[in-house]
Amino acid sequence: MELAVILLLPLAGTLVLAIWGARPSAPEVNAAFSLGTLLAATALTVRVISGGPVLAWGGQFFIDSFNVFLVALTALVGFTTALFSRPYMRIERDHGRVTARRMRLYHSMYQMFMATMLVALLTNNMGIMWVALEAATLSTVLLVSLYRTAASLEAAWKYFILCGVGIAQALFGTILLYFAAEKILGAEGMNALLWTELNGGKSELEPQGLSLAFVFLLVGYGTKVGLVPLHNWLPDAHAEGPTPISAVLSGLLLNVALYIVIRCKVLVEGSLNSNLPGQILMAFGLLSVVVAAFFLWRQRDIKRLFAYSSIEHMGIVTFAFGMGGPVANFAALLHMTVHSLTKSAIFFAVGHAVQKSGTQVMDEIRGLVVRNPTIGWGLMLGTIAILGVPPFGVFASEFLILTTAMQQQPWAAPILLGALAVAFAAIIGRVQPMVFGEPGGKRLAHQPALVPVFVHLAAVLVLGLYIPPYLADWYRQAAQLIGATP
Amino acid sequence: MLSTALTSQLVNLCAAVLLLLAFAMLAQRRTVALVDLFTAQGVALAISTLVVALNTGHGHMYYSAALTFALKVCALPWILRRLIRRLDVQWEAESRLDITATMIIGLLVVIFAFGLAEPISALATTITRATLGIALAIVLLSFLMMITRRKAISQVIGFLAMENGLFFAASSATYGMPMLIEFGIALDVLVAVFVLGVFFFQIREQFDSLDLHNLESLRDK
Amino acid sequence: MIVAATNQLLELALALLAAPLLLGWVNKCRAWLQNRSAPSIWLPYRNLHKLFHKDAVLADNASLLFRAAPYVVFGSMVVAAAIIPSVGTALPSAYVADAIALVGLFATARVFMSLAAMDIGTAFGTLGARREMMIGFLAEPALLMVIFTASLIASSTSLVAISTAFVTRELAIYPSLAFAAIAFMLVLLAENARIPVDNPATHLELTMIHEAMLLEYSARHLALMEWAAALKLFNYAAIGIALFVPWGIARGDAGYVELLAGAPILALKLLSFGAGLALIETLSAKLRIFRAPEFLATAFLFAVLGMLVHLLLGS
Repeated sequence: MELAVILLLPLAGTLVLAIWGARPSAPEVNAAFSLGTLLAATALTVRVISGGPVLAWGGQFFIDSFNVFLVALTALVGFTTALFSRPYMRIERDHGRVTARRMRLYHSMYQMFMATMLVALLTNNMGIMWVALEAATLSTVLLVSLYRTAASLEAAWKYFILCGVGIAQALFGTILLYFAAEKILGAEGMNALLWTELNGGKSELEPQGLSLAFVFLLVGYGTKVGLVPLHNWLPDAHAEGPTPISAVLSGLLLNVALYIVIRCKVLVEGSLNSNLPGQILMAFGLLSVVVAAFFLWRQRDIKRLFAYSSIEHMGIVTFAFGMGGPVANFAALLHMTVHSLTKSAIFFAVGHAVQKSGTQVMDEIRGLVVRNPTIGWGLMLGTIAILGVPPFGVFASEFLILTTAMQQQPWAAPILLGALAVAFAAIIGRVQPMVFGEPGGKRLAHQPALVPVFVHLAAVLVLGLYIPPYLADWYRQAAQLIGATP
Repeated sequence: MLSTALTSQLVNLCAAVLLLLAFAMLAQRRTVALVDLFTAQGVALAISTLVVALNTGHGHMYYSAALTFALKVCALPWILRRLIRRLDVQWEAESRLDITATMIIGLLVVIFAFGLAEPISALATTITRATLGIALAIVLLSFLMMITRRKAISQVIGFLAMENGLFFAASSATYGMPMLIEFGIALDVLVAVFVLGVFFFQIREQFDSLDLHNLESLRDK
Repeated sequence: MIVAATNQLLELALALLAAPLLLGWVNKCRAWLQNRSAPSIWLPYRNLHKLFHKDAVLADNASLLFRAAPYVVFGSMVVAAAIIPSVGTALPSAYVADAIALVGLFATARVFMSLAAMDIGTAFGTLGARREMMIGFLAEPALLMVIFTASLIASSTSLVAISTAFVTRELAIYPSLAFAAIAFMLVLLAENARIPVDNPATHLELTMIHEAMLLEYSARHLALMEWAAALKLFNYAAIGIALFVPWGIARGDAGYVELLAGAPILALKLLSFGAGLALIETLSAKLRIFRAPEFLATAFLFAVLGMLVHLLLGS
């Protein structure tokens, strides 16, 4: 029941907003649909936490504590972003950057994007997962090019082509998976691609076929995660699209893609009886962290800066999942959560800061805290949080990951620590003058939406100080599911 | 019901033709001719799927063949031709394309693909298992084609040809993916072409041309 | 044994005599297709006859090589004709050399022809020789690849064995052989100076290759060179038939009856080959000389693809 609501509500929202999306009240309708999804997701979460994993609709949908946590997170950030986009898009409208028709497209595709991500998270079928993630790309391509500027068109084209090609590799991986599974699970029907079935019979799956499949799946979905060297589309798409879209791309889509990679990793690791997939993930993760940290120094555009920061954090999470083991998995899940919340909060603050200053170039944004203290402090606190300064949740997860790395992969810990230090210096050096320098800019026509920023940051702060026991249990369950080969 | 030996020969023939068409695409400079080659690929794909359907008698393979025919021989080429006409780029051609070098890289790519697929093919139980290597080769060749092209429409055709290769892998090596998923993939492809169609007009409006060298300004300085 | 000897002699005689006829037939077909009044099919014979009865003129600085070249070229073509099965597969001399040696024979002829063309030192001779070597160096690997593909299928490099294998085995679709056949056709066009690579009917200096090398020859030398060119075309046709359409060839254990039956079948194949060649030449346009490498690269591509397809698909 909750499942049907979660899946159908955003689809209904797509249709409704495709018709009425240009009306003045459309942003509220958008937020209402997102709220409905969030409520249903909460109900589903409660059910799964209390009653264990659920198989629904002939086994085509499968919810366990791993994906239900991401569903809840997606619905939550989806809702707060919808709240943020109300004033944000109104201001964009007033500035004449979007027309009524584009507002309709924006609202409709926003709901579509939510729907596709939720399908990708909830489905049990590796094929449907692929279809849903490809649909997620398609629904956001036209959003990235919403402003129709030369740069946004280029970003959208890159996004489409690179992700399209990447995800085609993932389809080949899926075919190979099917090919390997068919012998054990039978060719007829849909069962051969169900994750639960594959997971049940993974020890019998052909290791050679599966390792090749994993390479293709990792390259394919890894493109969407933004792992270096497949990350080229990510900074452009984040920088040129509307800020709410940057927030959901960074906070949610990357998580969804990584979730799929981890599902594949569980299968392949079970079949190979070795840590090879984990090692590949560690290598990709570490490379992403290091490369992104150094690229941070070269950014002039504020949204690109935080896009690279997303690559860095996805690298950290990938590395942690690669290490495996209950602690690392736990920390990775926690990091996914806090990164999602913090990064979307930062993008909210950045969005308004950019609107105030009329530019995304960091050298021209100055003195936010004087003109609009809430935006300034929001950005500053968000930055401190994402950099892993102690009271915030990012610190907790990064600390866990680092200590685990010291135990399990001592060679990697200094590299990781060094990259984090480089990133810290790069970001703080850029953000500090923007917040505290000499003021400039203009007043905004609408009251900026800063409640989501502080709600997110408060949640991150709470997670840093104290993880409620039921939440910790939940993470622990999920970490168990992902499996442990420490 | 077709006999097994004949099926495997016919599917192999289709595989060879598909590979040849992939090379022809790689060497083709004119965008309009690429659409024709793409259509021919669709025909070969539909035939091979139909042959497998006739041999195995799997109901869903018939639907799959019909779907391929409808989508890749009728719908997509029609849309592409219409787009080319509406965008008025019938005479567009790639001027900077070193065909001989591309071909040699293409041959190396094929050898690589065959080597990669060899151990996997050996595990297959289907009679047409050897085609997996060819499917992979088509995917990689289409990828190569996308890399070497500078025109937006040619790149998209490369993208679609890549999907053809994937579909061939699914239909010949595994007797087709489940029907629902094939529908999903087909829908995605169709939507992708529509989205791109819209997108082409946006690009043209902005730059007055569909040449992708306009789209190379975003770099990390 | 006697049958085999008969076969050998028959084939040699046939090759020597029918080669000019094949050329005449191709020219006639071309004329028909181009709506011209056709020359007599016997014209090549008359030409040879005329040339043999003229006095040879040699350049002052012509070396021995220049005089020897026509005999070497003609000789290699005759040897080649002796080892290609056309009427029957019972060829005693076929055991002397396999298909790879055959490619070597063609190469020998090419090298001597080019050296002789450069020997006099005229501009045209050098130009033709250089172009000929360029074509040859691109066409040879393609031809070898074609032969390898067929050899892999028949598991032998002997033309006789390949033909026998193809005739005796069950009929099946071989995509690899189809690719190889296309590649072979392209090589044939390039190696025999046909359109689209060269035009045998013109002396246009910008484009000619083969004719440029013969400009300094006269009388019996020219006759031998022309005859050798006709033989080369005949040999290529025979190789094509032996590799790709060997059906109807008299087997190794055949008697006189089969041999006699084999000849008309071969004639039929050659007639249709000639008509097909004329058709291709009529339909295609001459390529610029700089596009010739692209043309031959296509041939090479087809040949390699054929081999790869065979290695992967086993067919």
